[in-house]
Amino acid sequence: MNAVELHRVSKTYAKGTVTAVTDVSFAVKRGELFGLIGPDGAGKTSIFRVLATLLLADSGTAYIDGFDVVKDYKHIREIIGYMPGRFSLYQDLTVEENLNFFATLFGTSVEENRDLINDIYVQLEPFKDRRAGKLSGGMKQKLALCCALVHRPSVLLLDEPTTGVDPVSRKEFWAMLTRLKEQGISILVSTPYMDEARLCDRIALMQSGRIMSVDTPDGIIAEFNTPLFGARATNMYLLQRSLLADPRVETCYTFGEELHLTFVNGSADAIDGVVASMLDAGHTDVSISSIRPTIEDCFIRLMAQ
Amino acid sequence: MRTLFFLLQKEFRQILRDRIILAMILIMPTMQLILLPLAANYEVRHIGVSIVDHDRSAASQQLVRKITSTDYFNLVRYTSSYPEAFALIESNQTDVILEIPVGFERGLVRENEQSLFISTNAINGVKANIGAAYLNRIVMDFNADLRTELLSDAKGRVQPLIDVRTIDRFNPHLLYHVFMVPGILALLLTMISVYLSALNIVKEKELGTIEQINVTPITRLQFISGKLIPFWLLGFVTLTIGLLVARFVYGIVPEGNIALIYLFSGVYLTAVLGLGLLISTVAETQQQAMFVAFFFMMIFIMMGGLFTSIESMPQWAQWLTYLNPVRYIIEVMRLVILKGAGFSEIRFHFLVIAGMAILLNSWAVLKYRKMA
Repeated sequence: MNAVELHRVSKTYAKGTVTAVTDVSFAVKRGELFGLIGPDGAGKTSIFRVLATLLLADSGTAYIDGFDVVKDYKHIREIIGYMPGRFSLYQDLTVEENLNFFATLFGTSVEENRDLINDIYVQLEPFKDRRAGKLSGGMKQKLALCCALVHRPSVLLLDEPTTGVDPVSRKEFWAMLTRLKEQGISILVSTPYMDEARLCDRIALMQSGRIMSVDTPDGIIAEFNTPLFGARATNMYLLQRSLLADPRVETCYTFGEELHLTFVNGSADAIDGVVASMLDAGHTDVSISSIRPTIEDCFIRLMAQ
Repeated sequence: MRTLFFLLQKEFRQILRDRIILAMILIMPTMQLILLPLAANYEVRHIGVSIVDHDRSAASQQLVRKITSTDYFNLVRYTSSYPEAFALIESNQTDVILEIPVGFERGLVRENEQSLFISTNAINGVKANIGAAYLNRIVMDFNADLRTELLSDAKGRVQPLIDVRTIDRFNPHLLYHVFMVPGILALLLTMISVYLSALNIVKEKELGTIEQINVTPITRLQFISGKLIPFWLLGFVTLTIGLLVARFVYGIVPEGNIALIYLFSGVYLTAVLGLGLLISTVAETQQQAMFVAFFFMMIFIMMGGLFTSIESMPQWAQWLTYLNPVRYIIEVMRLVILKGAGFSEIRFHFLVIAGMAILLNSWAVLKYRKMA
């Protein structure tokens, strides 16, 4: 049985005029860390809200641990831990009060589940008497994760838990998710950061309410079926213009400090010729070399298709 | 039950931590009950009167003395020119003019009849009306004195006269605050309850905390009870403070049973909290909730019978006031506190408010949905 299953789920807003999610199907296996990757507005939050029993889909069905999100919503609320994209704990209650409050709502206590949250809790402990509203962004997210975990859910739904969090805290957060997965909790997590996708067991790439591809990160990269090259020169902006004008170049986009490009006939044979014509066109320090595509490259390629 | 206990614990923690809300609940009723009845006083004294005396006789002098000897009137000008007195009205220095015609005394004695002319400055309508009424009364009195003096027959028998005396029951000294304090207390109770309950739930929506609550197994009824019970109890705190202020600042001791006041207020609070709850299910932001609540409060207050008596409203408006919960609590407060009414006299009020409580709360619970 899968931890999460969606079958052709669609959701529109404003009486059908705004499409949020179209025909989305995917499954998260037991004990899997599954990533929903896509830019803002891709429909990730709508999927989470449907799964968290907060939103009714227009059509399609969804299951968590085999329970229907519409019919068995009461049971689902017992077995999921949901962390909304926006910080939703009581800002005027302290760290400890928030934790105890959410534990008691599920009829349990922090002590009973201490082993599960201990990792995170020890980091929060020095601040336990601080009001949640006065915590730093990273600490808020850790507290929210703690509160979502305190009743030992079997499935964790985390909607963009690392958005707006500093890089160090993001790393720590993902390390925690990996450890939770080892304890047998299935996790569905969304993020707009492509670098975090590699940390998932499997990912779904989403764009405009549709799923473009579902696979392991390596599998997604393997689907990138044409050689990818990185290009540099002294003036990157002019280089990109010249490359885009070259008939041998298929795509060329900025990627960090480099330009990533693919060729029309795919092969590496064109490199020398292209480098030569760039030098002729007055560019200096031109270098083009073969590179391994990243998830983001795959995403850009899928979007263009 | 355990869950409800934890919800209540959390709610009280939050309320006690919010200094402004706390001040609203504790200081507002005290301050308003002390300030409002003193400021909003309809009792009229020191009306500026100008007397135009064309007669200047013993009788006219006697009348003037009679008028100025009360503290209802201040003599602004004693003159024999009407235009001069009228100029004083125009410059707002005098409120009423009494004109005594030439031959006032002679006419009274010989023709047994005389007319006076009263003209009032109706810009301040209340003052003008009451001023004219007082003046009329003094003139009637004067008239009666004259009749006893002049018309007693040779044998000293006094001609029969009808003398009407009014006793103001339940507020014998016609003290304005005795009438106002119970009403203002009723308003405060309503305002605090409606605003607090409406804003509190919308705040959870606005901050997103309701999302986190909605994915827990707690039921609708538990959540709403967790919200209503704290404000219900706080309503009693307000009521108690108000009754203490009434007792120790104004010396108003309830004539009726205090338990009856609390019992009715308990039902009443349930009804107005239900209204606040209903508003909170409609509004998305605290601003919206505030405006919707304000809309209802304005109508409730204006048509509650505190500032304008319901009997003097047009018939259609009188019918509308039956839908206004504030009308019932103001009446009950006055009936029980001032008149000493028992349960049988306020049974109708009880039934209506209980009905409103059930209707508003069930409507709110039905409208409050966990799923969008």
